[in-house]
Amino acid sequence: MDVVLLSRIQFAMTVGFHFIFPPISIGLSWLLVLVEAFAWKRKDEIYEKIGKFFSKILALSFAVGVATGITMEFQFGTNWAEYSKFVGDIFGAPLAAEGVFAFFLESGFLGLYLFGRNRVSKGTHWFSILMVAVGATISAFWIIVAGSWMQTPAGYILRNGRAELTDFWAAVFNPSTMVRFFHTVDAALITGAFMMAGVSAYLIIKTKHDVLAKKSMKLAVIFGLIVSLLELFPFGHESGREVARLQPEKFAAIQGLYTTQAGAPLAVFAFPVMPPPQLKAKIEIPSLLSFMAFGDAHAKIRGINEFPRENIPPLFLTFVSYHNMVLLGILFILLTGLAVIQLYRKKLWESKKLLKLFIWAIPFPIFACELGWISAEVGRQPWIVYNVMRTADAVSTSVVPGDIIFSIIMFGLIYLLLGILFVYLLVKEIKYGPEPILLTGGTDTEKEVLS
Amino acid sequence: MDLNTTWFLLVGVLIIGYAILDGFDLGVGIIHLFTRNEDEKRIAMNSIGPVWDGNEVWLLTGGGALFAAFPIVYATIFSAFYIAFMLLLAALIFRAVAFEFRGKVESAGWRKLWDYAFGIGSLLPAILFGVAIGNIIRGLPINGNGYYTGTFIDLLNPFSILIGLLSLTMFIMHGSIYLAMKIEGEFRRRVIGWTNTTWVIFVLLYVLSTFISLFEAPFLFEGILRNPIFWVLFVLLLVSVLYQPIAVKAKRFFQAFLASSITIATMIGLVAVSLFPRLVPSNISLDFSLTIYNASSSQNTLTAMLVIALIGMPIVIAYTIFIYRVFKGKTVISKESY
Repeated sequence: MDVVLLSRIQFAMTVGFHFIFPPISIGLSWLLVLVEAFAWKRKDEIYEKIGKFFSKILALSFAVGVATGITMEFQFGTNWAEYSKFVGDIFGAPLAAEGVFAFFLESGFLGLYLFGRNRVSKGTHWFSILMVAVGATISAFWIIVAGSWMQTPAGYILRNGRAELTDFWAAVFNPSTMVRFFHTVDAALITGAFMMAGVSAYLIIKTKHDVLAKKSMKLAVIFGLIVSLLELFPFGHESGREVARLQPEKFAAIQGLYTTQAGAPLAVFAFPVMPPPQLKAKIEIPSLLSFMAFGDAHAKIRGINEFPRENIPPLFLTFVSYHNMVLLGILFILLTGLAVIQLYRKKLWESKKLLKLFIWAIPFPIFACELGWISAEVGRQPWIVYNVMRTADAVSTSVVPGDIIFSIIMFGLIYLLLGILFVYLLVKEIKYGPEPILLTGGTDTEKEVLS
Repeated sequence: MDLNTTWFLLVGVLIIGYAILDGFDLGVGIIHLFTRNEDEKRIAMNSIGPVWDGNEVWLLTGGGALFAAFPIVYATIFSAFYIAFMLLLAALIFRAVAFEFRGKVESAGWRKLWDYAFGIGSLLPAILFGVAIGNIIRGLPINGNGYYTGTFIDLLNPFSILIGLLSLTMFIMHGSIYLAMKIEGEFRRRVIGWTNTTWVIFVLLYVLSTFISLFEAPFLFEGILRNPIFWVLFVLLLVSVLYQPIAVKAKRFFQAFLASSITIATMIGLVAVSLFPRLVPSNISLDFSLTIYNASSSQNTLTAMLVIALIGMPIVIAYTIFIYRVFKGKTVISKESY
């Protein structure tokens, strides 16, 4: 196997594994900002216990996220040295900015949040989780700036054999940065909401701590419904329109549009087979794709057949990952919507089946994040920087296949171990549950431990 | 001072920041390998519990800043040190999760496993830090096109291993002083013993490696005696190294900690002064060296990055000091502890 393929496998594996954790951390930290605010402002002991309990899950996901994130900062240099030389003038800045504006903030204040509960005032303690959430979100922003620049490069000129920065703000706010930022961060909020909802559902079913769990469940499903709806419209929709406008090859690939069409249909379900590329067993809605992409049901959309062979991305993977992501997105709306309706009808706590579904749904948003990431990045191929540099030209020249095979095996084993331990410890933490709630006031016999 | 020189200084500041801050918690991690009971282990680990992650960020930000300011160095060094870097990453990964995982399962075997992960995960970066610096100051086989032409084994030369041992000793010394601030009793007496022993080894290794550098990398010393910055750093180094045992003896651990921090800063400063304006000397021909001019980003990027650093870093330093103040004093084990 060649260095390019091996480096791609290594990169996909390390980023793919790392990307499980930041969405959990970002989502949970924002939910904890709300929880701790209620605990502080309403002096509500139950919210404080919710905060303490979910902060343990946040700490766990943060730890694995940080550990696996270290790799990210360095592997552009280790595995993609030619890329790093070519784009370093632009690409290094967001990574450095992420360190300066985000990593210090989130890691510093996470320590204060987790260990400083009894050392600082309630207000400062709340401020510390706010800074964790803000830091994690700024981190997402800068890494998305870097990633988006690879999709829709701007603010640069090709000079001295490399891409040189001409306009910092044009590079930072390149055409896809903001749509991608909202789309991704909202996905993280959904991930956090489903984590909180699923864990709460488990605690309710086991009838332990149900006073506490009902509060966190209520918060999680309402929050979850709002962010799931926002993900469909406007964020997901805008993301799609952006791709249609700026990356037509990717758009054709993820939508399964293999021949140019006016009034293109939206493929809701299909199975792509090739060659030649075609959709089998498809369910389509006529003209909808044209309408959604360009606001005109008759708009002509370019199909895969219009692009040179050497410029089209892998078709199967992009179509399948994109469509499953969308499917999951719709599922999130249905699940949280149903839960909110049941909540309103005061029947949620008896809907055991729905609650059980929420437990199973904990990893679904993570799948959706991964699928979205795959369709975005595989859809950019064969380019590492769209229309500027090919992936095949980007690898390190001083690295031999044996080196990369070593690192793939090493990271493979370490991440397998970390993945197993993360799930094991997460389940253990959830089963152990939150601290019991002591009702204050009244006589000793009235003080009761809810367990 | 031009932008390239400014960025040479700023990357240096980030490396020094990393060495001082993560230096002490790597040191504590290594001493953790030699603690005698569960109490000592937990106190050692929790003495750095709330701050280690922020300390490690100096490394990440240093990496990012190097990428942004000197992308050619970032690309060349990291791909040249490929296997070494993978080992470093593995060590840092295990170390990072050890904090969170260790206390989560009530089992002696489980804790032991993560004790080793924490200890070795601290030991390896402490050595590799010096090995990397050793390799850079003696020069790497970089050809006229700026490509590294060596192998992994080339990196494990005696000189670089010596510098690796030097950095290891330095971090243990620095970490033991930090730990002495945070603990009491018999454990502290032993830790002070570590400080004193490592100080002697550190001084010996430093003199030895400086002496060998004269032959290994003579270009580092060209005209250095006429450089006033050299003399300032040299005097500071001498004073801090000599003052440290006095402060330890007087049980003024914070002063001793400042002294060892200045030692670390001035040592790295001296390396920087002797390298300048080179970043990575080539041992094929010094003309092939990567310098702050031929390996840098454009002036546009250096300017933008300078603005980012000037806005960001004062804020970072302010809240870092605030967080350290919250956790100052002896380490106590509570329900939230690791």
